[in-house]
This record gives sequence, C-alpha cells and structure tokens, in this order.
Amino acid sequence: MEFLLAALLIILLAWFVAAPLRGGEAEAAPASADEDPAVADLEARKEAKYREIRDAELDREQGKLSEADWARIDAELRQEAIEILKELDRVKGGAGD
Amino acid sequence: MIELGIAALWAARVACVFAIVAALVVALGVRPGDRRWVDASRRAIYALCALLTVCVIVIEAAFARSDFSFRLVAEHSSTTTPTGYKLTALWGSQGGSLLLWAWVLSIASSAVLFLTRHRHREVVPWATAVLGGLGLFFTMLMLVGTQANPFAELDPAPAEGAGLNPLLRHWAMAIHPPMLYSGYVFFSIPFAFAIGALAARRVDASWIRSTRRFALIAWTFLGIGLLLGSLWSYEELGWGGYWGWDAVENAALMPWLAGTAFLHSIMVQEKRGMLKVWNVSLVVATFALALVGTFLVRSGILQSIHAFGDSTVGPYLLVLIGVVVIGSAALIISRLDLLRSERRIESLISRESVFLVNNLLLVGMIGVIFWGTFFPLISEAVTGEKSSLGPVWFDRYTAPLAILLVLFTGIGPLLAWRRISAGRLWQLVRWPLVAAVVATAAVVVLTDALEHPLALVLFAFAFFALAALAAEFWRGASAQSSLTGRSFASALARVVARNRRRYGGYIVHAGVAILFIAVAASSSFQTSRDLRMVPGDSVQVEDYTVTYVEPTAAIDSEEQKLTFGAVLRVERDGEHVTTLHPSRNYYSTNAGDPTAGPLRGFFEGEATSEIGRRAGITEDLWTAMRPDFAPLDRAIEAADRKLLKTLPEVGPEGPTPEQIEAMRSFADRQGEAIGRFASVYLATPLPVDFRVNVNPFVIWLWVGGAIGVGGALIALWPTPDARRRRVSDVYAARLARDLGRA
Repeated sequence: MEFLLAALLIILLAWFVAAPLRGGEAEAAPASADEDPAVADLEARKEAKYREIRDAELDREQGKLSEADWARIDAELRQEAIEILKELDRVKGGAGD
Repeated sequence: MIELGIAALWAARVACVFAIVAALVVALGVRPGDRRWVDASRRAIYALCALLTVCVIVIEAAFARSDFSFRLVAEHSSTTTPTGYKLTALWGSQGGSLLLWAWVLSIASSAVLFLTRHRHREVVPWATAVLGGLGLFFTMLMLVGTQANPFAELDPAPAEGAGLNPLLRHWAMAIHPPMLYSGYVFFSIPFAFAIGALAARRVDASWIRSTRRFALIAWTFLGIGLLLGSLWSYEELGWGGYWGWDAVENAALMPWLAGTAFLHSIMVQEKRGMLKVWNVSLVVATFALALVGTFLVRSGILQSIHAFGDSTVGPYLLVLIGVVVIGSAALIISRLDLLRSERRIESLISRESVFLVNNLLLVGMIGVIFWGTFFPLISEAVTGEKSSLGPVWFDRYTAPLAILLVLFTGIGPLLAWRRISAGRLWQLVRWPLVAAVVATAAVVVLTDALEHPLALVLFAFAFFALAALAAEFWRGASAQSSLTGRSFASALARVVARNRRRYGGYIVHAGVAILFIAVAASSSFQTSRDLRMVPGDSVQVEDYTVTYVEPTAAIDSEEQKLTFGAVLRVERDGEHVTTLHPSRNYYSTNAGDPTAGPLRGFFEGEATSEIGRRAGITEDLWTAMRPDFAPLDRAIEAADRKLLKTLPEVGPEGPTPEQIEAMRSFADRQGEAIGRFASVYLATPLPVDFRVNVNPFVIWLWVGGAIGVGGALIALWPTPDARRRRVSDVYAARLARDLGRA
C-alpha cells in the first residue's frame, strides 16, 4: 500500500514536471515584451525613478528640501524618467516587431 | 510510513537534479530561450516542495504516533513528551533540522519562482540552478550518517524513546529554530538571484526589485528568531542574562547585521545606481554567514550552550561555504566591468552617505563578532591552545559601534536623497537635539548614569533618534493634513499607508532605538546578587527584602521530572510586593538504563531553570535557584545501591516472566525512593544557591523588538498593483505634458 502510494505520488509529480516538455517543438521566442530582460530592467528603473520623484516630493512637503533644491532635483529626476520612458517605448516597439 | 518518506526524499533529490539540468540547458545556451525547459525546471522545484512536504508530514505523523521505529523519534521524543513538543521535536535533531532547512528552502524557492515566472528570462534559469543546487546539497546531506538521516530506522523499535532535551521544552524554543532557519534560508533567494544576475550579465536593479521582499522576510524571521532566543536564554538558562556572546548567538546575529546592511545599501542601488559591487558582495556575505550559522549549530566545532547537534555534517557544510564564497568572489571579479557605479555621491549630507556609513559600521561590527567567535579556532591554529574571548571583549569593541549606529538610526531618516543644505539640516535636527538634551539631562539628574558614560551616550543618541523619528511622523502627517484637509490621525494613517517602505522602516528604527536603550540600561545598571540561603533567611537586594520562606517539591511521573523549588517573599519598605517561585527541574536521563543510578540519574543530566520573575515596565525582579544536594550525597548513594540490588540481570535471551515482574517492582521502588527524597528535601533545611537580579528596563528589549517586527511587516505589506499602476499613469501623463512643453 505504502509502495503504491509512493509510486503514485512520484508518477503524478513526474507527469506534472514533464508537462511543458510534452508540448512539441521549442518555442524559443519570448511570449511577450514584458518578459524581455531589457524591458524588465527598464521597468525596474522606471519604478525606482517614480519612487525617487515621490520621495523628493515627500521630502519637500516635510521641509527637508528647499523649493529651489526640490525644483532642481525634480527636474533632473523627471528628465531621467522621460529618458527611461522613451527607451521603454523604443524597446517595447522593437520587441513587438 | 518510513518507506514513503525514504521514497519521497529520493524523489526530491531527483527533482533537484532535474531542476538544475533543465535550468542549465537554457542558461548555458544548449536550448537558448526555450521556455519549456525553464517551465519544467520551475515545476521541478514545485515538485521538490511537494515531496519534502510529504517527508515532513511522515515524520510529524511518526512523532505524533510515537513511532519509535524512526530513530529520529526514538532519540528525541517519548510517549510522555507533551504533544506540542512532540511536533516541534523535529528540529531538535540533526536530521530533522536538515529536513526543515531543505523544506523551507523549497517553499521559498517555489514562491520566488512562481512570482518571477513571467520575468527575468535570463536570470531565472541561473537562479533556479542555484536554488536546485542548494536543495540537492541539503537533501544529499541527509545521507551523511544515521544522525543526519531523518528516516533512519531502528529494528526492533524500542518500547520507549529518550525524550526531548529538557532545555528545548520551552514555548520560545518551539518557534525559535524554525524562525532562525527561515531567516537563513530566505537569504538564499537574493543570493541565488544575485548569482543569476551576475552569470547572465544582467546586473541592473531588477533582480533587487524581485528579491528585496524576500531579503526583508529573511531579515524579519531572523530578527524574530534572535528575539525569541534571547527570551529563552533569559527565562530558561538560569544565568540571568539574555545575550552571552555565545558562538551560536553570534552566528545568528552576523547574517542579521549583514542583512541589515544589505537592505539599506540596495536602496542606494535602486535609487542612485551606486554600490553594485558592494551589494552583490553583501548578499553573498549574508548568505555565507547564514551557512556559517548552520555550520556552527550543526558541526559542534565551537562550544555553545545552544548547539544541540552531533558533528557529522560539519565538513560538508564547510565545503559548501567555501564554494559559495570562492565561486561568488570569482564571479563578481569577472563582472567588475558591469558593476561600475552609474553615479557618485553628490553630497556628504545625504541619505545615501549615511547609508554608506551605516553599512561600514555594520560590517565593522560583523568583523569584530566574527573575530571573537572564531578566536578559539584561530588561537588554537596559531598557538596550539584554544582560548576564547568573553563578553567583556565583545562589549569593548561592539559597544562604540552600536552607539554610532543608534545615532545614524536617527540621522538617516532626517536627510533627503542626493543632498540637503546645512541650513535645512539644522532646521530638521534642532528640535530632536533639544529633546535629546532634555531627556539626557533628566536621566543624569534622576539616575547614576554619569558613572556609565557609554550607556549615557547611547541614551542620548537613542533619545535623539526617537525624537527625530517622531518628528518625521509629525511632519509627514502635518503636510498630508494641510494638503488634504484631513484630521491629523487620518493624515498620519494615510501617509504611512502610502509610503509603507519609508514609514515601516522608520518604525523599525524606533524599535531598534528602544531595544538599544533596554540593552544599555539592563546591562549597565543591573544589580546581581548570588546568595546562599536556608529557609527563613532574608537578604536585601536594592530596595527589596527577599526572604526564602520554604522549599517546594513536585514529581511528574509522566515526564519523569523532579522539580525542586523555593518560595521567596519579596517586600519593599515593609510592604509585600510579590511572591516568587523559582524552581529547578531534573529529568531522568537514564530512563532506559537504570543501572547508571536510579536516583542520581535525575541529577546528572540536563536540568532546567524555571525562573521566578516579576516583570515590570521599569525593572524586572528575576530569580533563579539551584539546591545544593551535597549534604544528601551519602543518602543518595545508599538508596541507589539498595535499589540496584533488586534489579534483575537479564540475559541475552530476554527477560523471564519473573524478571519482568521484578523490573516492575523495581520501577515502583524507584518511584517510592524519589518520593522519599522529595520529602527529605522538604523536611531538611538544605542550603540553596539563589541568583537575584534587578534588571532595569529589560522588558523593553522585547517590546522594541516587537515594534521593529511590526515596522518590518508594514514595509513588507504589498502595494496593490492597481494603485501602483494608477500612480505610474499619473506620472506618465505629467511627464508627457512636460515633454509636450519642451
């Protein structure tokens, strides 16, 4: 009984693990642009940049940054964010080709 | 059920091998970009998790049924072990600990691979191979000797087990090991992804984004484990402290400190693109130190009150540590060209500068602790003699670093990223500074803190940190309130909810500052008296008059436990304050071999202290006791001799019916002798050694720790995708407008 239970468990798991390999020939291309490593990198940078912008705003609201300092930093951050967005559009456009 | 467990464990090893091979097929370019192999490798890790879950269920079922055909169960449980402790006895053994390690690793690996199944196409195969490799290592380690094999069998099975180590029969010990192990294991996730990122040459911040939460989970688990371990030490070991710079304690603290440094420095990489080499080095160091922690607990290479394992797997763990350190170092060096910082620090007065200082302090602390922990081995290698460094040495070098850390715990949150002007900084620090000066002056006036300058400096810095953090919350809520017109409380809740990472981190900082105040107060201002008293004696300890009223005794025949205790009446200024009941538990360590001394056997093995404690918010009155049985030595020996004469000698063919009857009678007589001994203890005014401590503010250590854990949970709480998307869209629109204007 115990042997059968163990055998059944192992067969089931082996079937589950091998399922993707039973699907015929390899699909080498990525399924979507989101899975492109370059897109993932840019998305991570974009999120980090947005967080930086929000943090800078919070710092200004809390008086840690003067208006002048914040304006300079915010402009820099937005410029960097725009560069990332441009790059993201370019890469996503390329990935979709 | 043992066969099911063995089959599942072997299948788990096969699953690991398959996961590694399938992942490397893609990572090494044999089938480049073939998602089917990546999916199959991920599924193999899920299968590993399922199979190890079966292993854990099989063993827990064996513990619950007291199935002593499992060696693990026979050696670490008994029919009389309370059910709760039977289930937690798994991690009291070497085999069980290794299984727990591998099981938690499989859970964490499955979780991270599920969450990243549509991301990091190039990094994930490498990370899967690393995680599969670790899984294979720990499942293979269970083949090293019977102590490491959780499914080692005893045939014939004994009628009774040895029982759980009495020191482990404490509620905190039921949770402490899994917490520590979970901490160690979860650090393998950022490690695997860092290695994956280096191997795939994708060293941007995206691997950090996907694994930061796992690093924080690991850090939180390890922190909880450390807190519970210190509570267990305080309540169970009977020496009066919560931290003794023991090798195993240090081994758990080092990865926690490295993880703390890592969690700060990855923010610098995320936001500023700096410290890339430092971050991958830190994550490797953190994981390597986690392995060192496992090695120290399981190798027995250093003396420790916390090491419960036998030494069979130490050399293999050492090899793994070597592979991790040397392999990672080689990989980092080979990728140095990719790990260049994108920017430089703009100003020394910035948050990233403080994070860098905080990192250096933490790493300095790790260096000191590492040296002190391994000094016995270093000294033996150099001089041939093993000598160790005690708490005084550790305190001397770690205290100044800890004091500076507390200061930066307060300064960091005040600063902005990139830069802040000196004038603006002064505006931010002046009120916390005033609050700290006033609070410190109050401490100087009200206590003898001037005699403890280091503690006083720490108090001052901690007060500053707490005031600075309070000011941060006040500023955030005020700004939110004025912007939205909400009430202060509502604005505070909103600003915390909208910035969970930031404010969760601040709460952690507040918890750490409180914890350090408790450590400084309880260690610098502690009163400790070792007293020898007989019933009726009274002594003065600080303001308290402690009177030893009478001894107590109790026998727990089910647990084979003999408890001797004392009733202590505590008065202050003639007023009754409390009555304490410290006691000491003795366990029959020779249940299966009564010839070792049926009565003395109770006093020769592990004994546990049940402390008498009056916990308060300003101080703890803590007592432990140890009876001196020397005056009864002769009586014990005579009773043992008399009892042993009645024990039949059983031949190799097994006991005869008469001998079985004689053994039953022997057990009855043994019980009677123990009962008589307990009566003698009650009737004879035996001297008892007491330790009475007055520990100021010690409870705040765990309160601070709990606050820190609460802060970590807030920081961990996921931001809903929908909300993030909305914010992203808002910013995208604003950026688009800016572009239009340009």
